[in-house]
Amino acid sequence: GAGLAPVVAEAKGGLEPNSYEEITSYNNFYEFGTGKDDPKRNAGSLTTNPWSVTIDGMVERPGAYAFADIMKKMTIEERIYRLRCVEAWSMVVPWNGFELADLLNMAGVQSGAKYVAFETLYRPEEMQGQRTRSLQWPYVEGLRLDEAMHPLTIMATGIYGKPIPNQNGAPLRLVVPWKYGFKSIKSVVKITLTDTQPPTSWNRSQPGEYGFYANVNPEVSHPRWSQASERRIGGGLLSARIDTLMFNGYEAEVGGLYKGMDLRANY
Amino acid sequence: MTFAQRINGGLRRIPTWPVYVFGLGVPLWYLYLAITGQMGVEPINALERALGLAAMQMLVAVLAVTPLRKLTGVSLVKYRRAMALVFFFWVVCHLLAWAILDLQRIDRIWADIVKRPYITIGMVGFVLAIPLAVTSNNLSIRKMGPMRWRKLHKLTYPIAVLGAVHFVMVQKVWELEPLLYLVGIISLITLRVPGLRIPWPVKPAAKTT
Repeated sequence: GAGLAPVVAEAKGGLEPNSYEEITSYNNFYEFGTGKDDPKRNAGSLTTNPWSVTIDGMVERPGAYAFADIMKKMTIEERIYRLRCVEAWSMVVPWNGFELADLLNMAGVQSGAKYVAFETLYRPEEMQGQRTRSLQWPYVEGLRLDEAMHPLTIMATGIYGKPIPNQNGAPLRLVVPWKYGFKSIKSVVKITLTDTQPPTSWNRSQPGEYGFYANVNPEVSHPRWSQASERRIGGGLLSARIDTLMFNGYEAEVGGLYKGMDLRANY
Repeated sequence: MTFAQRINGGLRRIPTWPVYVFGLGVPLWYLYLAITGQMGVEPINALERALGLAAMQMLVAVLAVTPLRKLTGVSLVKYRRAMALVFFFWVVCHLLAWAILDLQRIDRIWADIVKRPYITIGMVGFVLAIPLAVTSNNLSIRKMGPMRWRKLHKLTYPIAVLGAVHFVMVQKVWELEPLLYLVGIISLITLRVPGLRIPWPVKPAAKTT
């Protein structure tokens, strides 16, 4: 939207994106293994064509939308966003993608819908991590409808102008830049509009450590480590820690969504 | 001459100093890999983990020396002190990588030690290992007397368990690898419990030096 232009301009001016190599070789994508270099090594087996996204639940036009058809209808733009992992490292990624709101409007959101649930592809024969029980499969995530409709929330389909590599969540993934990285679910096959808060994978795995909201917040520690600072990938062995910003630096844009909420209870 | 005796005979000709050279070489090698970008794009975390894992493996090797001798007759007792000191050195390197390269500030380090259970556990293990490293010399054995020295060095067992628990807790999910280390360490310790002591097939080797 028009209101976003200054944000993107500021981001472009003030942020140096990580290299393509860094962004595509250091990943958390447990469907391909729990090591940071596992996804790059193992994600080659994933077939992403054909691909379709089922949009169902409280929508006017439910159905399976072919990825190619979605791409024809959406406007692809570049968004340079900070990415903050819950493990206290971060990157800056030049995504290509479209606003999730545009996709949801295409399907037509019914008035009673309050949440959006997402699901990753479940295909253990191609995703070797799904043959282990590191998490419960398929990976699921969720957003409140106002978070999903926010202009900063995008579905990414590319990095540095190239189609998004498998290890980064091909062919399309969610990107919610003010939340910890695990909220930005990869390789999405299903989007469901609902009136009840959907389950989310990491919350299901360890509810005491990962909440539904998972907003980046330097003041609320993970039970096992501090979230006050982070390390930007790419600085080498002497890389200095930097202070983590409230809502990952997007407080001006999204702070209003959480007005009056206890962010300690809703972590 | 049995197979084990032949091995022991061969080992008699191999001095212990290569163990120390190896102990010094591994962290230097890791440091080289990290500096030259061969440990990935996040070398600090990779270095911390590599050093921690190396220490864990050396600890398992140290704990395996006695069961190996009792099960097979092959005696590595001669190298055990060097192996244990190398373990301690690798733990120190692991700790330095964490404190200096990773956290970088004394307030962050202190906050983690007191607030994060897995750091607290790892730190307790390290502190317990200090007196063992300090007394790992013949003079200390003489001064303390062998009984007291042995008693002190039984601290190795809680140190090993604390180290393995620390390793399990660092992971985000229940990972198989650290759990295998924990099970392995508990098994190696259990083999030493007097009541559970299995009838070993071979007698301990007569002399080790």
